[in-house]
Order: sequence, then structure tokens, then C-alpha cells
Amino acid sequence: MLDITKQSLTELVENIKNKKLSSTDVTKAFIQRSEKSSELNAYITDDFTLALDKAKKFDQNPNLDLKLPGIPMAVKDLFCTKNVKTTAGSKILNNFVPTYESTVTENIWNEGAILLGKLNCDEFAMGSSNETSHFGNVQNPIDKNLVPGGSSGGSASAVAGQLTPITIGTDTGGSIRQPASFTGIVGLKPTYGSCSRYGIVAFASSLDQAGPMAQNVKDCALLQEVISTYDPKDSTSINFKRNHYSKELTKNIKGKKIGIPKEYRVDGMPKEIEDLWQKGIQYVKDCGAETIDISLPHTSYALPTYYIVAPAEASSNLARYDGVKYGYRAKGENLIDMYEKTRSEGFGAEVQRRIMIGTYVLSSGYYDAYYLKAQKVRKLIKNDFDEAYKKVDAILTPSTPSSAFKIGEKTNDPVSMYLNDIFTVPVNLAGLPGISIPAGHDTKGYPLGLQIIGKAFDEQNILNIAFAMEEKINFKNKITDWWIK
Amino acid sequence: MSIDLKTIKHISKLSRISVDEKRAGKLADDLNSIFEFIEKLNELKTDDVKPLTSIAETTLKFRSDEIKSKNIREQIIKNSPEDNEDYFVVPKVIE
Amino acid sequence: MNKKNTEYLINRKDNQYEVVIGLEVHAQVLSESKLFSSSSTKFGAEPNTQVSLVDAAFPGMLPVINEFCIKQAIKTGIGLNAKINKRSVFDRKNYFYADLPQGYQISQFKDPIVGEGKVILDMPNGQKEVGIERLHLEQDAGKSIHDLDPQNTFVDLNRSGVALMEIVSKPDLRSPDEVNAYIKKLRSIMRYLGTCDGNMQEGSLRADVNVSVRPKGSKEFGTRCEIKNVNSIKFMQMAIEYEANRQVDLIEEGKTIDQETRLFDTKKNETRSMRSKEDAHDYRYFPDPDLLPLEVSEKFIEELKNDIPELPDDKKKRFIEEFKLSPYEANILVSDIDIAKYFEEVVAKMGKNKDIKLAVNWITGELFAILNSKGLEISQSPVSAKNFAILINLIKNGTISGKIAKTVFELMIDGDKDPQKIVQEKGLKQQSDPKALEALIDKIINENREKAIEYKQGKEKLFGFFVGQAMKASGGKANPQLINEILKKKL
Repeated sequence: MLDITKQSLTELVENIKNKKLSSTDVTKAFIQRSEKSSELNAYITDDFTLALDKAKKFDQNPNLDLKLPGIPMAVKDLFCTKNVKTTAGSKILNNFVPTYESTVTENIWNEGAILLGKLNCDEFAMGSSNETSHFGNVQNPIDKNLVPGGSSGGSASAVAGQLTPITIGTDTGGSIRQPASFTGIVGLKPTYGSCSRYGIVAFASSLDQAGPMAQNVKDCALLQEVISTYDPKDSTSINFKRNHYSKELTKNIKGKKIGIPKEYRVDGMPKEIEDLWQKGIQYVKDCGAETIDISLPHTSYALPTYYIVAPAEASSNLARYDGVKYGYRAKGENLIDMYEKTRSEGFGAEVQRRIMIGTYVLSSGYYDAYYLKAQKVRKLIKNDFDEAYKKVDAILTPSTPSSAFKIGEKTNDPVSMYLNDIFTVPVNLAGLPGISIPAGHDTKGYPLGLQIIGKAFDEQNILNIAFAMEEKINFKNKITDWWIK
Repeated sequence: MSIDLKTIKHISKLSRISVDEKRAGKLADDLNSIFEFIEKLNELKTDDVKPLTSIAETTLKFRSDEIKSKNIREQIIKNSPEDNEDYFVVPKVIE
Repeated sequence: MNKKNTEYLINRKDNQYEVVIGLEVHAQVLSESKLFSSSSTKFGAEPNTQVSLVDAAFPGMLPVINEFCIKQAIKTGIGLNAKINKRSVFDRKNYFYADLPQGYQISQFKDPIVGEGKVILDMPNGQKEVGIERLHLEQDAGKSIHDLDPQNTFVDLNRSGVALMEIVSKPDLRSPDEVNAYIKKLRSIMRYLGTCDGNMQEGSLRADVNVSVRPKGSKEFGTRCEIKNVNSIKFMQMAIEYEANRQVDLIEEGKTIDQETRLFDTKKNETRSMRSKEDAHDYRYFPDPDLLPLEVSEKFIEELKNDIPELPDDKKKRFIEEFKLSPYEANILVSDIDIAKYFEEVVAKMGKNKDIKLAVNWITGELFAILNSKGLEISQSPVSAKNFAILINLIKNGTISGKIAKTVFELMIDGDKDPQKIVQEKGLKQQSDPKALEALIDKIINENREKAIEYKQGKEKLFGFFVGQAMKASGGKANPQLINEILKKKL
């Protein structure tokens, strides 16, 4: 049999159901590989001992009707996990142990999965390279000293490096799709309101959405099926009819209309990205779909809009980290002094920068010029998509304007770092689902992704298109295990 | 539009993050470059556009008025940097 | 101060100043659980025992709104004759404080649930209308306790997240007396509606008071100061009086008034600037992205309208028409829902041949006096409405005299006894047998022959003497009316 850690989720589930493998076998294999992979720095906290106990317990009385029977899984450290330290990649939460479980992870455990540990991420999910984490950089399994992308960098690295068969990340402006693209894996950002935000450390409430990251589209569909539930504990959770995404998955996309937005052809975009996109267009045509040129005229305003809306919400969401109820506290002469020192020492530079931007754009005299303006432009961006979807069923774009870059390459230039999210951000602003699938390599041999954007609640459709394209692309990730000694 | 040190001081106060002189200059530079890029929005006329208030196009759902949360003081206090088992304890508030 | 025209003015040398007051009343919504979480709102629990993960703002916790609190706010809006907004929005008001765990308060800023309305006050010189600007829903904060430890502040989050209605008046109030009447009226309306218990001791009702002054006759408003969080009517009145005089003094000295937030020091009876808090006053309101806009249908509002009980103004009108009460009496009876309830129950229990005037006199007289002396609310009255009604009937049908009734009433207090039993057991029934009374009076006239002669000769004052003697001889039980008649005849 194939090395356990090289198997996809679908294969592992099959093998456990057929009793060819036990949960203990699988869990052990991923723990062993994870232990040998410390150089990737993908984990912030591991829960290996308990995971093995749970696997053994599962094997004693296996419930094989579950969707994730005895499957070990590490998750982004932004999901609160009961009795397991949850840091959000921040010093300010470096000792925080929730007494509760996020709805999304609860759903996963209820389907039989077992927590392996908590994966590294940018601090409070603010970053595009995993370099803002208090717990250090994450290495991209593709190459040494290459960023895995962010903010779900640990998650992407762990899936690409086969430290976990599958994982969940969160995506506020591209935090699932961009790292998926940088590491050659599949990542889905679901429709806003599809997955509950309850128990996920908040970054920007109107944009945050949890989603699956996987080796292939089918695995991704299966995990999406598990995590997408209506949750009365989240007022923005939406009660809509959810598909059995993995069961209903089909490669038949004949007659589907795929929009190609001209505004995504940005200045300075490398030729290899343009070539990849053209290849993608050919693939969908080969699958029997039709491509249509469309316009999303406000695309170039998405990033400036995002950098008002997201920091504004974050500045307020992060006010609760004040050293009073939980987390890090600095010594202070009085309450205010304590606040100011705690937050100055507890938050990293990027988080502080965004809190400051957010505070500024909401402050008296600037609200209309910035925040209100941004909410208006956000409306225009959403209208662009609404218009486009009158003509097409989905939209195909590159996932990122470039492949993965070197660690340290962009840390001194926030704006160039932000530009990484240029193709992913509009999707969050409009609350739509988007999936990134690996579609090729650049000249350096680094993976590149294509993004398929769907209508709201139409995850099934973009999963189907991705599934069909995946077969045509036949992508092979070049993982050399360079980090394993 | 330019963010000066006085503005940095003001927003650091509002956000309760102390920023020393050394950091303030760099922060002002960073914010200025970010705002320069944000200013692009001014190209757009938006007078007649209604702002988006929620991306989820549905209305607020209600909860019934029932007490479901019991006394979980131990859980609530457990993670606190300082407490006395009954209360959270913070340095004196100076008015 | 000039009170002649019941106009409240502040006088200095040659100038008279009018005081302009607006109130922001914070009324705790009467509900089982909190506005956005399912923990209890009960008063007086052990610290931090009514705190959920949401109330303490744990990472990833989200607000879910309590439907009942929405209904309570709308009902209150209806009670204030106000416009109900079918769409309203919750905003975050951002500031840091130890007892504000989220670092923001969820409130309604631009689009409140209730818009403009009005309240009618009954003042000694007539009615006065006070405009309501708006009513919105918001979360209460926790409590910071500064006096349990010299170095530290203790934080109790039991109140954190409890629903409050902030009722903002227009600057229509002109005197401490009007403020008194306004608060009492608001309290009364909310208690009728069951939307707020109005308990000021427990902090269910408190107010921020906006005060400014202007020369009498001026149409422009002066610079106002806001006195924060005053929790009794008496303190509100004292604070206004102090603050108005302070402002007038500043004007008279040619100085300017700073628009600022002030605190009322109840010990020193003065207001003090809270400048330190002023610096941080940039609340950065924005719509709470964790919540969607709140929308209610016409039907939802209509159903609540049908659920509104008779409110004080209507009840007063009815009392005047139905029971022929004076406006003054009606005012007293409707001022509090429990008084009105008691009165109406007494009326119902008195049956057909009832004397409502007598009942009103006894409620506002004897009953109020007892409640006052014992420090009780009418809802805790030691005499039930049923037994009270029986007592009034005993007076009305002549079984006992008013004077004896007072004795009976005092005996009733201990254990809500039936007055009929007391009358029977103590033999307090009024002596109304004319023959027995005649015999008694004959005896008295015989014993006081000289006085009887003097009376007949014109010393009419002595009539009272004979009445007194007769009453005394009967042990106070003689029917005074009969005594009068018989005496007149015999003398």
C-alpha cells in the first residue's frame, strides 16, 4: 500500500472503512511525519498524545458511518478548541486555553475526526506570508526559505507537506486561497454565512469565513460538506439548503458559462501567470464549458476598500485583548497604563499597524471619508459581480499575481505585501465562494493557482468546475521532503 | 493627506497602544504609504451609492428570552491574568 | 429664585435666566436573559455568576439578539406615542474600560428602533408636553468596584450585556420639578407596560442630565453640560440646581461655559468636570458587523399594539368620567400601576352600593399613611384590597363610624384580618337602635340638668357637650347622626 501520509483524505476514509487501515495506523503515521517536520514550523501546539489515545479509542468501537472516521487532522490556530491552547498566532493569547469549541471544529469532531494540533498562522490572520506570527515563520514545503503564503500558512504547509491529510483555514482577504496557491494545494473560501464564525478568533467579522484546504478537490468537497452548517449562535450564519458536496460532485460542466474578467489582467503581472490563465481557459473549454469575456469595473478599488473595512472591524474586534479577562498582561501603574503596555507588547507590528489604520478611519471627522466611502465602494464591487452573474455561472481568474516569494522579501513594504491579495480580496468583499486549485508551475518550479469564483451559495458549481479542471491539469506537486533529516 | 506624529499619538491613545517616539516615525511612514494607496477610492463618485451594511442579504434572527447560561464563574475567571476567585482584578483606575 | 408663576428662573442682579434640561434616561429592560446572551439578568447575584462567554467577550463569541427585548423596546415606544422604526441598526460604540469586556458597547447610533414621541406631564399649573427624541436599545456595562482594595479595582460582569433602553428627551424641561414629574411619568408608563421595573435603588433607572441656561426670553440654547449617571430623582434635582447656578455665575462673571461631561458628587452636592474621560471621547461608532440590520414587520408591531394595557393618561380620563373623581385624585391613583390596581380591585370588591369617594379618601389617607410609616409599597400592603373594600362598606352602610373604622383598620393590619370579624369580636358595631340611644340620652340630660337649661336659654355651644357625653357613654359606638337627631328633639 501507498505510504499512509501520501494518501488523500478520500483514500484514507475508504481504507479505514474497509478496515485496511485503523485510525491508530493513520494517526501514528501523521504524528511521526509531523514530528520529523519541525523545521517547517507548521505547528504552534501539538496534541499528539491525546490524538493517539483518541485514535485507539476510536478503533475499539469504530463508527464507520461517519464522514471522517478516525481521521487525524490539524487545524489553524484561529479556531478555539476546548482545553487546547489557542493563540491566533499572537503573544497576547500565548497562554489562552478555551473552555469551548468552535462550531466548525465541533462539526469535524462530530464526524469522527481527531485533533492533531494547532497550526501556525499570521497573527490574528493578518498577513500574506505567515511572517507576522509570534511563533515564527513557516517554511513552504516547496522550497527552503520560501513563504507558504498567509494567513493560513501553517495549514497550507501542513497539507502540502503531508503533516495532516486535510485542514481548515480561514479566509478574510485570501488567507485560504493564496497559501493554497503558493503550496500547490486546493483551498475553498465558502460563501459568507456558510460556515459558522462561532468560536473563531475574529479578524474582520464581515469578511471572515472558514474553509477547507486539501490535496484535491474531492477531499475539499467532503470537508466542506462537514463544516458548512447553519448555526443559530452566529447571527450572520445563513440557513440555506446545503448540498452533499462530495456526493454531488461531477466533472460534467458542459454548457457552463465561465466569465473571464478583463480587469484581472493587471499591470506588471508576470507573463507566466497570464499563460497559466490562458491554459485554464483552454481547460474549461476542453471540458465543454463556454468562456465569456466580462467586466468587473471596480476591481482595482477592491484592495483599497479592503484596507479600510478590514482594519476598521479589526480595530474594534481586537479591543477585547486588554489584559483583563484572559491572555497576556503587562504590568502597569494604573488601568490605562496597563492597557497601553499590554497591547503594545502583546500585539506584533502588523497587527498594531492595522489597529491604527482601523482606528483612524473610524475616528471622528474621517468616518465618512474613509469607512462610509469604503462601504459604498464595497456595494459597487458587489454590484459588479451581480451584473456579471446575469451572464455567467462562474468566473475564472488567477489566484495570485505571482508565485511564492522568499521569506523576508516583502516584510518592509506593507503595500507590496498587500498587493498579493489583489485577486482574492474582491471575493471576500462580495461575500462569494472562491476556490483556488493548483494549475501549473512557474519557471522556478513553484506552484501557481487558478481561482474559480461562484455565485453566493453555489459552492457545488465551483467545486464541479474545479473537479473537471483538476483532471485536465493533472497537477503534480514537487515535494522533495527537503526538511526531513 | 499626511499622517503626522500628532495624529499617531492621538490614534495610539484611542487604540490604547503605547507608541514610543522611535516607533512613531516609522509608523507614520507606513501609514502614509498605506493611505496613499487607499486614496485611490477618491477617484470614484459615490454620492448616490447606498453603503453596504451587511454582506449577508438576510435579516436578523431572534433568540427566545430563556436563561440557558448557568453560573460558569470558574470558567470565566480561569484564564484571567489576575483574579481573586470572585472578581477580575485590574490596577486601580485613575480618573 | 422666583416661584410665583411656578416658573423656575435664576435671578442675578439685573438678569433672569431660564434653565433648559434634556434627559437621557437609561431604563433596564425587564427580561429574563440579557440582550445578546442567555445569562440571567437577576439583580443581586454573587459576582461574576451571571456571566456567559459572550458577556465576558471571549475570543470568537458572537451576539444573538433576544426577541423579547425588542418587543419591550417597541412596547415602550408605543407607550411614548412614538414612531416605531421598522428597520434599525446596531452599532458599536468603542471605548476601553475595565467593565466593558468587548472594548465596545453594542448600541444604536444612527438608526434607533424608536423615533420621535411625546409624554404629557401634569404640573400644578396645567399640562406640559415633553418631546421624546428617540429610544434605542443597548448593552449595559459591568461594575468596577474601587473600594474593596487600596491598589486594585475589582470587576464584576453580572450586569454586562443586560438590555437597556436609552430614552432621549428633547430639551423641553425647564425646572427640577418638571424633571421630577417627567421621570415619574416615564417610570409609571414603563411599569404599566411591564417593560422596566423602574427600581432606582437597584439602578434599573438612571439618567444623564443635560443642563444649559439662557437669558429669559432668549430663543437660543446656551452651551450645555452633561451630568453623567445620576441615579435618584432627588440627586437629579440637586445636580440641576447646582449646575444651573454654576453656569449662571460663569456667565455673570463674563466667562465661557465649556461643553463637557460632569459628575455629580452626592456628598459635596456639586458637579465636577470629568476631563480625563473627555480625551478619549471618540467613540468611533460603526455598524456592528456581527449583527444584521434589525427588521420588524407591520404585523409584529400591530400585535404588540394589541397587547398594550390601559396607560396612565387613559386610565386617568376613565377614572374621572366613570368614578367622578377630581383630576387631582385621579392623578394620584394612576401615578403608579400598583396603586391603580389596588384601587380598581377595591372598587370591584365593594359591590353595588359603593362609595368611591370614601374609598379614595381612605386609600390616600389611612392606607398611604400606614404604608409610609412602614416603608412599604402598595403591592406589599398589609391590608388586602378585599378586606379594605369590606371596611369601606362597613362605614358606608353605617355598621361602624368613621372613627371606629380607624380603630378597626389598625387591628386589620396585623395579618390582614377581616374587618367584620374584628367588629364582631370587639363589639364595635355602631349603636343605631333609637330606643337604646333615647334611654342613654335621657340619662345624660338628667345628670346634666343645669346645662340643659342653659342650652335652652340660648347657649347653643353646649350641644357639642351633650354629643360628646353621649358618644363617651356609648363607648364611641353610637351612631353620631342618630345622637344628633335625638338630642335636638329632647333638648
